[in-house]
Amino acid sequence: MVEKTPEELFRERSKRFEDAVQLEVPDRVPVAPNFGFFYAKYAGITPESAHYDYDKWAMAIKKTVVDFQPDMYVSPRMILLVPGAALDIIDFKQIRWPGHGVSGSHSFQFVEEEYMKAEEYDAFLDDPSDFIIRTYLPRIYGAAGPLKMLPPLSSMMVGYAGVHLTAALARPEVLKAIEALSKAGAESLKWRSIMDSLHQELTAMGFPSCAQAIAVAPYDVIGDFLRGTRGIMLDMYRRPEKLIKAVEKVLPMQLQTGIYIARRSGNPMVFIPLHKGADSFMSLKQFKTFYWPTLHKLLVGLIDAGLTPWLFIEGDYTSRLDTIRDIPKGKAIYHFELTDIFKAKEVLGDVVCIRGGVPNSLLCTGTPQQVKDCCKKLIDVVGKGGGFIMDSGAVIDEAKPENIKAMIDFTKEYGVYA
Amino acid sequence: MDGDLVKAIAELREEDALRIVAERLRAGEDAFKILADSRNAMEIVGKRFESREYFVPDLVYSGEILREISDIVKPKLTRVTQFERLGKVVLGTVAGDIHDIGKNIVAFMLDISGFEVYDLGVDVPPYKFVEKAIETQARIIGLSGLLTLAFESMKETIAVIRSARLQSNVKIMIGGGQINEEVRKYTGADAYGADAMSAVSLAKAWVKLK
Repeated sequence: MVEKTPEELFRERSKRFEDAVQLEVPDRVPVAPNFGFFYAKYAGITPESAHYDYDKWAMAIKKTVVDFQPDMYVSPRMILLVPGAALDIIDFKQIRWPGHGVSGSHSFQFVEEEYMKAEEYDAFLDDPSDFIIRTYLPRIYGAAGPLKMLPPLSSMMVGYAGVHLTAALARPEVLKAIEALSKAGAESLKWRSIMDSLHQELTAMGFPSCAQAIAVAPYDVIGDFLRGTRGIMLDMYRRPEKLIKAVEKVLPMQLQTGIYIARRSGNPMVFIPLHKGADSFMSLKQFKTFYWPTLHKLLVGLIDAGLTPWLFIEGDYTSRLDTIRDIPKGKAIYHFELTDIFKAKEVLGDVVCIRGGVPNSLLCTGTPQQVKDCCKKLIDVVGKGGGFIMDSGAVIDEAKPENIKAMIDFTKEYGVYA
Repeated sequence: MDGDLVKAIAELREEDALRIVAERLRAGEDAFKILADSRNAMEIVGKRFESREYFVPDLVYSGEILREISDIVKPKLTRVTQFERLGKVVLGTVAGDIHDIGKNIVAFMLDISGFEVYDLGVDVPPYKFVEKAIETQARIIGLSGLLTLAFESMKETIAVIRSARLQSNVKIMIGGGQINEEVRKYTGADAYGADAMSAVSLAKAWVKLK
């Protein structure tokens, strides 16, 4: 048999995914484990080096992809891994990262706070950009504190009279803050150029990436980044109208970002990690009131723009399957973590491509034989008739390499559609 | 009248509940009785959560209402009376993990179900669990963790607890998003709980053991 060229492999792998998404029967079940810090651990570098040594991080990703040969690889952009030096420079408050609040051998973790106070909804709704620059950034970036001293941004809307307002930028503290942001930006550019080369290299080797663009469900933008889990839960009772206005305000912003990045990258997939709408986080009624309406519009908006939303549905959504069925057919991926994936296939199998199924705990503690048994059942049941992508339930930070190998190799061998 | 407060809290009517508390204090009622009613209401909330009529936001909101009432009422307490407790539980998120949402819900549910909870917070090193268990003579230890890295950490923590030779009947439960029977076996815990309700039923079953 003649070996396939990287171009052929790239097309074949992309087509396999497209077929699965469009609910057609591909040549076989596509397999793409959701690698996170596994890249670093497998390649023998610490999460701390992954944050700080961009070349090492890129090498680790490349080594993992080459060794395991998944159908698609998870781009470093999806891992939300911000360069450590940039975090240092801006003194970032919203996560703890290796060497800064968590050990050098652990992945970064979020720090939940009310970064927007309950009484600040109006300020946010009136002028989100102003709120972000003068109130939000000073709270989440230690180095951006002096931006509090800026005049309201809209005060510059007065032509020549606004020129005097630039004086605020000449204040030494403000100048220092802007310098810090610019230095962090330089780190980010350096990181990006290394990751772009990695992307080109892997593309040339025949590996498509799962996605390059990310969008966030509007409720999660408010819950994860502004109000915190507790804050947003109380808002559902105490100020439901404001919360709904806020998620509606965020919707077009997320839509625009998702469309922009996806189009620029040329990869139609838009990764949407869902956090705070799961069964354990709110009732179905609250889901239908606060979470789903704007998420639904986001999905439809992305689909209308010719893109493919990849919903990474963390937690358990078993009670919401009927609700989330309302989506154009063959246009999206629903990736489940703790949801009963067999039930998901029954309820949604004719509408969306289903992804996931391999429990992360199994990849960590099980044996290759157990992993194969699990994949076999998934292929037999969820893979029946196409519309399925083999993946882990959650992001893979820890796993036994032999289990990852079993998952990929077995799917390639057993997942062939006759 | 007592029933009104219990009902208002149990139905999460914050303004009504606070109004009733203010009225009862004005009428010169014993602050302790108001707290006792509030606890009764929380029991109803807990039961509704168990029966899936209430969800986590309802718990959080009821906890917030309870906190507000306690803040008003506690300075007016004339006597210190302890509520009767079923048992003691030492609880914390294991070393390396700083997630606390699940752990806080478990702490809350154990508390309103009658347990004395010693919450050590997040990123708790193994020896802290041992220290607290010795200090409080608690016989139940709960380890929480969201990330897969918590598996190793739980295993280590459990090994340290076991090697500390506390009272022979100390029981350890684990819980968190990724935790299941395989992880329980791996870590050597006595049991795992899929949600806050299972933590409560485990604890209730364990305090009955001698």
